[in-house]
Amino acid sequence: MQVKINGKSEEIQGGTVLDLLAAKKIEPQMVAVEVNDKMLERDHLGTTRLNDGDQVEFLFYMGGGR
Amino acid sequence: MEFTDEQISRYSRHILLPEVGGKGQKKIAKAKILLVGAGGLGSPAALYLAAAGVGTIGLIDSDVVDLTNLQRQILHHTPDVGRSKVLSGKEKIQALNPDVQVSMYEERLTAGNALKIFSDYDVVIDGVDNFTAKFLINDACYFANKPLVHGGILRFDGRVTTIIPKQSACYRCVFKQPPPAGLVASCQEAGVIGVLAGIIGTIQATEALKLVLGIGRPLTNRMLDFDARKTQFREIHVKRNPKCALCGDHPTITELFDDGDPYAGCTVRPDTQPKAVRL
Repeated sequence: MQVKINGKSEEIQGGTVLDLLAAKKIEPQMVAVEVNDKMLERDHLGTTRLNDGDQVEFLFYMGGGR
Repeated sequence: MEFTDEQISRYSRHILLPEVGGKGQKKIAKAKILLVGAGGLGSPAALYLAAAGVGTIGLIDSDVVDLTNLQRQILHHTPDVGRSKVLSGKEKIQALNPDVQVSMYEERLTAGNALKIFSDYDVVIDGVDNFTAKFLINDACYFANKPLVHGGILRFDGRVTTIIPKQSACYRCVFKQPPPAGLVASCQEAGVIGVLAGIIGTIQATEALKLVLGIGRPLTNRMLDFDARKTQFREIHVKRNPKCALCGDHPTITELFDDGDPYAGCTVRPDTQPKAVRL
């Protein structure tokens, strides 16, 4: 199925947000995730299933400034 | 207050703007803006805010200028290496515009001093390089009820967002707490393309001026991410989180606290790096 990840359409296997993070080798603790403009609680990453057409945003920490 | 002929000349390109005018320029002249960090983001912000004629600019930084800073921290020049950043910053600001008062805080921001310092300002700009300080600034702005212009830069990526406490999403609404130590490559070792500090810091200054003038649409509830490799901006919509530990319906953070390790989240700590690559 197709989802949009950070604005870019991608074909993915389906499953939960946690599965997607694992497939992309992203450590869940280093990202905030929005699905269809809704911020997910970290506890819900493994229970939120992705659907065709979902818009997923990965917001990574960005710490620099100096 | 009345402007002198020289000031009217100096600020004429602002005064010409219907959204600013003489009235707006007076608001700028009365404004007090605090820059936490006189480094990469703080440098362009300080220079543009000084040029704009901001009445008081506060600079908080406990560091001295290092040679490795000069690749992006344009407030500091080669002869400043080894000198206090706030002092070097004050000199550049006042050389650019003697109308500007500069308050220097040559100290680290802590839970102990943050509220007292913040209470004197209208807007706070985050130009720090570590998550502990970013969360502390977010929390202090909430408790002091001060608008915050948050910024972050890393490698080729930058981010800006404006936070109006109790009205728009705060940093904790999105990122609950600093990342666990060692997970996020950031700060000292990851590197950053110098111009990115100029792009993001200048947007932060723009946001601060808009807040002072009360014009336009602030960058609230939106994270503006910039990718310098693609020269592409993206806007990510965020919302206040009712479960936010700070500004949610049932807050668990009810006072300021120091989150311990200022370099939490960095994979390499500055004090363990060889001098040659230390930032």
